[in-house]
Amino acid sequence: MSAVNEADLRELEPLYTRPESLTETPMRYCPACTHGTAHRLVAEVLDELGVRERTVAVASVGCSVYAYEYFNCDCVQAAHGRAPAVATGIKRVRPDSVVFTYQGDGDLASIGLAEVIHAAARAENITVIFINNAVFGMTQGQMAPTSLPGQVTTTTPRGRSVEQGGHPLRVCELLREVEGVAYLARRALGAPRQVRAARKAIHKAFEAQLEGAGFALVELLSICPTFWHKSPLEALKHLEQAMVPYYPLGEYVDWRGSAGGEE
Amino acid sequence: MGKLRPMEGNEAIAEAMRQINPDVVAAYPITPSTEAVQIFARFVADGQVDTNYVAVESEHSAMSACIAASLAGGRVMNVTASQGLALMWEMLYIAASLRSTVVLSVANRALSGNINIHCDHSDAMGARDAGWLQLYGENVQEAYDNAIQAVVIAEREDVRLPVMNCYDGFLVSHSYELLEVEEDEAVREFVGPYKPVRPLLDVQNPYTIGPLDLYDFYHEHKRSQWEAYRPAKQAVIEVGKAFGERFGRSYGLLEPYFLDDAELVIVALGSTAGIVKDIVEQRREGGERVGLLKIRSFRPFPAEEIADALGSARALAVMDRAAGFGSGFGTLYPEVAAALYAGGKQVPVVDYIYGLGGRMVLPEEIHQVYNELAPVAASGHPEQLTRWLGVRE
Repeated sequence: MSAVNEADLRELEPLYTRPESLTETPMRYCPACTHGTAHRLVAEVLDELGVRERTVAVASVGCSVYAYEYFNCDCVQAAHGRAPAVATGIKRVRPDSVVFTYQGDGDLASIGLAEVIHAAARAENITVIFINNAVFGMTQGQMAPTSLPGQVTTTTPRGRSVEQGGHPLRVCELLREVEGVAYLARRALGAPRQVRAARKAIHKAFEAQLEGAGFALVELLSICPTFWHKSPLEALKHLEQAMVPYYPLGEYVDWRGSAGGEE
Repeated sequence: MGKLRPMEGNEAIAEAMRQINPDVVAAYPITPSTEAVQIFARFVADGQVDTNYVAVESEHSAMSACIAASLAGGRVMNVTASQGLALMWEMLYIAASLRSTVVLSVANRALSGNINIHCDHSDAMGARDAGWLQLYGENVQEAYDNAIQAVVIAEREDVRLPVMNCYDGFLVSHSYELLEVEEDEAVREFVGPYKPVRPLLDVQNPYTIGPLDLYDFYHEHKRSQWEAYRPAKQAVIEVGKAFGERFGRSYGLLEPYFLDDAELVIVALGSTAGIVKDIVEQRREGGERVGLLKIRSFRPFPAEEIADALGSARALAVMDRAAGFGSGFGTLYPEVAAALYAGGKQVPVVDYIYGLGGRMVLPEEIHQVYNELAPVAASGHPEQLTRWLGVRE
């Protein structure tokens, strides 16, 4: 019988642990939801940059309304859509802090579109993590401004028609034209290589803030198996086959001048 | 005769909207009213209504589009709650001032902060001076009946004001009840075809809606708007009566419950009235002269009628599901107290702030209110004017 020697265990190098920037609170997202991945990526980057203790997160309204329970830093819960304005207030009075908002497409691209565009135009030195899963998740699956043409939602039970419901908004393409944006990228939380690219983009979006370069936003195409009415695997396929073609991945703005554009 | 069908409050609102078949619904989902628009969106998709449904990007735009659609000549309905109503605030005043006839069902929910999704009345109370009529329903049946009556009241030529149909979030919006759903034809006949007054594009009489109105005329325009609430009161009474004659369920400004000889009286809005009714019955069995005055029409406020209805009351408790921060009272109390004062009634009135953010109101707490009213009636003076019910402190 070989008992595990605790002294030996202490000598092992941990390869995978919970980032310090995440609390121990178990996440209550639906099975296979990619919010967990996005939270973790942000937390890893905060750890890596060593900024957790001067970071303030601004939580939004949507499925990620509980983000403040998961990020191990000070948090402010903003009213629906107002997160970039709230982040502006915090950053202006505490310029040494690292401020990020975490918003879904209902919050950012619908009710709060004005706030994000004007925060960008003012070149607010904040970081925005934008989760685009093309549906209003928290209120149970209604059409979002980002829902794809033909997408079945609870308010478009026969599929989104662009004649009646309008065209899906591409937020990165809108913001690309705004002076004041230092970093802008769209990534997908699908295949592992995409997740690694997403992590890199989040890293850069925080670096932009640390360098005082201006407004940074990373859009993360995400899956919502629950309200896409798909299994997790089907949802990932849909992400690749339907979301990515409509919302091209890429780096749209890079203050260091190396934005590759649409990929 | 209607059909009995089990329905949630939100479902009943959607059903009323289907039967009314408005021209435009411009909506944005918000808990706990979301289901109503969601179900209605299905009716639109299935071609069961002719409504032009607009999925706007926020409640502010929703109300802007609704007002414009109404003034352009359409019958317009919408549903919202809480922060959604708060975001509409600027537009609510415009809706009433421009005499649009939008009917907005509101699943009453607490306001941030902190963020909360459950019932209280702070959302609609925040809009109490905006110029909208406000009806409060006690249960699913009343939410449905009020939605239908609201359209008729709003569109009456001597009223032409927007109406809020308030029903308690979750407590009514998500509660199943056996509902009497009237026949489609009967409902359509009751609301009648929409006859817009001065819609846009009457080329013989061109006009501008909402132009600049400064100290030369704004004051007079507000005075003329002020006058509209008297016929509105009459309209609430008459439409409630007509509804009763047609469908067997009559409504008025108030609903007195065992009030004729009542000495200890609770005044309440919304679903709490249902709990109070149970307690009144229990205590009546024990011979106590207790009663309830349910206010159905908060706007227009039936001040004279309240004073008249409380003839035998020796002590009164006002149940307030919204705190009027800084006033020292809830939001209903000052209005009831003013009504009694103006009506020459010298009755001690105690304010009970309760149920904020969905805090459950328990039957024993209603008993507690009646128990505490007894010594107030005896002494004629409450020890405390404002009390908080069911609070940990």
